[in-house]
Parts: sequence; structure tokens; C-alpha cells
Amino acid sequence: MNRQNTLIWKQSIPGGCHWSGIIRRGTTLRLTDVNGGANAAVLFFNQEEKLERYNMADTLKSQHTFHLTKGHACHSDMGRIFCCITADTVGWNDTVCGLSDAHLIQQKYGAARYQEHRNQMFRNGLDSLLIELGKWGLGMRDIVANINFFSKVTADALGELTFHAGNSKAGDYIDLSFVMNTLMVLSTAPHPLDSGKSYQPGAIHLELFDTPPEAVTECLRIAENIRALHNTQHFYCGNMT
Amino acid sequence: MNTLNLLESQLDPNQAAINEICAAGEPWVKQIKRGQKFRIVDLEGNQAVDTLFYNASNALEHYSATDTIRRQNRLYLSAGSKLYSNSGNAMLTIIADTCGQHDTLGGACAAESNTVRYALEKFPMHNCRDNFLHALAHDPLCQQLGMSKRDLPSNINFFMNVPVTKAGGLEFVDGLSAPGKYVEMRAEMDVIILISNCPQLNNPCNAYHPTPIRLLIWD
Repeated sequence: MNRQNTLIWKQSIPGGCHWSGIIRRGTTLRLTDVNGGANAAVLFFNQEEKLERYNMADTLKSQHTFHLTKGHACHSDMGRIFCCITADTVGWNDTVCGLSDAHLIQQKYGAARYQEHRNQMFRNGLDSLLIELGKWGLGMRDIVANINFFSKVTADALGELTFHAGNSKAGDYIDLSFVMNTLMVLSTAPHPLDSGKSYQPGAIHLELFDTPPEAVTECLRIAENIRALHNTQHFYCGNMT
Repeated sequence: MNTLNLLESQLDPNQAAINEICAAGEPWVKQIKRGQKFRIVDLEGNQAVDTLFYNASNALEHYSATDTIRRQNRLYLSAGSKLYSNSGNAMLTIIADTCGQHDTLGGACAAESNTVRYALEKFPMHNCRDNFLHALAHDPLCQQLGMSKRDLPSNINFFMNVPVTKAGGLEFVDGLSAPGKYVEMRAEMDVIILISNCPQLNNPCNAYHPTPIRLLIWD
């Protein structure tokens, strides 16, 4: 996607913070890693029927992949697509490691509460998403396996995991072209397997653009995505995005 | 081939408090107490057993694939693996396993995902999510906890082989399991077990021929 596409809005999200909002179909959200090493923990819900949500297993097995990158789509548990990844300068985004939580953050980095640290306090992924979900009437029952954009975790033949520090560089970005009206919840707290010794969550930048024509064809090289897009179009009475 | 982590059980099936068969393609629900031991036997081999666990007094706490994966830094389950909840508690520990590797990533098949994965015409085929939803609608243990689709997170697939490559690929392949192989676990809290004995006919996870499983519980 080129920069000349119409910018609808932009928003800076400091490291360790959280955000949620509705992203309309036909728009593309660019997530940019400002300083390198960011993690963007994200979940998607159908705005109209929030029981329909991002499904890690369906996303992975439909596309025969363990990681997400350009050309992949983010699938719901109802056989539809929330968004297609239409650009990715990072190359690998994790979706199996879940969220950091209060215990993990304290164990790894110590405690930093608001009273002493004000807005530099240590926040964690799970509580951050619970706060955002709470704004939309959702909660713990709606926490499912999330995507960790910008983070890379590989598995060896025995399934042993390795976190790749520095996977994402300053300025790296991911474009999500939405084909459903989607509630997106986001935390920029550290990835749960982040190997850094200190609490230094990276900031990200969000920019929303109109989706350029033909952008989602990027994801239609995978036959499963053609069928999932067909299901998505049925949901919206056959209208193309 | 990697060396699998195999460990046989010393428990005697004749001493089991519960010894039941779950037919191919059916759900099965049971409550077990902390300390009880639970075995699933793949009677005829290569049968995926889609399984979820819930805190018996609060369905908000349930098996979590991501907690189980990230807390042990490992994708696959075998003897010694703990099954963690979304609250970070060990719900069960695998204490014996003659299969060697069980899947945490593949989730459950559903009518809707079957249309995506195979063909739009596959919509009417029986599937695991239908089994889960049938159990939630009818089983008293599930009804008591007020469970709904909202309480269906990503499940374990016992006996299913979903290898991940270092390059980031993932495939469903013919199982490592064989007739009579089993996995056995000890409950670390009172849990409700929710199983769908997978009816999937479109991929090799059940060797294209779903078969019954045996379920045993020891005090």
C-alpha cells in the first residue's frame, strides 16, 4: 500500500499500553513498530455478533502455517475472514504464545505500580486486554489465543520454542486489510517469551487508510481463503468489499 | 525420527472406577476429582480426541492452549507435560503416554471451518464443535456451570500429529498413534472433561475412519 492512500486517522500507542476500536470493512490498518522490538497482542471480534472471534487453530490449519505474514488472512471461528495481511516487512508474527500476565511481568521485571511510577507502571497483556474487552461488554470468556504482531517464535522438531529477539526493526509495519466490521483489542505489553531483562515494551503507531482496490487479492493465492472470503461476502449479503 | 517420550502406566484397568467406551463421532463429559487419574485409550489407532478441561466449580477457568504452550516453552504434549488453565494453574499432569506426542494447535473441526478447509459442500458433515455444543446443551455438568459457545477455547487433540517445521509450516499428517496406545493424566484440581471423539472424514487425523475410544478413571 502506498502512502498516498487516503489517511482516515492515526493514533500512537506507547509501549505497555492498550487500545480498542471498530475497524470498518474496506479499510486497512497499518501497525508500525516505532523503535523496534515492539509486540502488538491483538484479538478480533465481529462487531455485530461478538461471539464470532479470531480463531488461532482455524487460521493456522486453513493456511497450513505456524506463523502469519503477508498473504495470510486472520480467520474467525465461523469460517470467515476478519482481515488479510496485505503487507508485512517483519515476516513472522506469532499466534500461539498468548499474553503476558501480572504474575509473569512481576516475576521477570519486578513490580512497578502507579503510585511510584505513574504512567511508567508495568502493565501486562492479559489485564490490558481485559480492560479493553470490558469497554465492549466482553471479558475473560472472550480471551482466546491471540496474535502477537512483530514477534517471532520458532519451534524445533520436538516442539521446543525459541523467541527471536529483535525480529522487528524500527519502521517495520504490517497492513491489515479488513473485510469484516471488526472490534479489535490491542495491548503493547511485552510478549510472554520476551527474552529482554528489563521492562521495555515498544511503542507502535496505528494509521487507518482506505483499502486500495485489489489489495485483498494478496490473500487469495490460498484456496481456503477464497472460500472464507466467499463466506464473508454471504454475511454481508454478497457485497464485495 | 525423534526419540519420543514414552512412559507406560502401572494402573490396572480392572481396578478402574469408570471404564467406558465413547463411540466414534460422539461427545463425552465427566467430572473427576483432584488426585483421580484419567486415561484415554485409542482403541483402533489414529483417532483424534478433541478435549477440553474446566474447573468443576467455575467454567471461567479452563484449559488454555497458549498458557500450556508458553509456560512450558513447548508445543507438543507428552509424559510430564502439565495442562495449564487460563488462570495459570496446572489442571492436570500427563503421567503416562504410549503415543508420545499430542497436538495443542489444531483446535476442533466445525461445520464452518470445514467449508473453508475442504469445500463449501462439506457444511452438513458432523464435526467436533457440534459435539461440544450438543454436550453444552444437554449435559447436566455443563448446564450447571452455565456454559455456552463462548466457553469453547482452543482444545487439545490427543493422538493427533500436527508437526510444525522450523520454517513455520504446519501440516496434519498420519498419526503416531496405533491401536491400544493411551495417554493418562492426574487431575490437579476438580475438573470437568469435555470430549468430542472426532468425526472428521476429510483429513488423515482419524485415518479417514473415526473409531471408538475407551475412557478409564481411577480413584
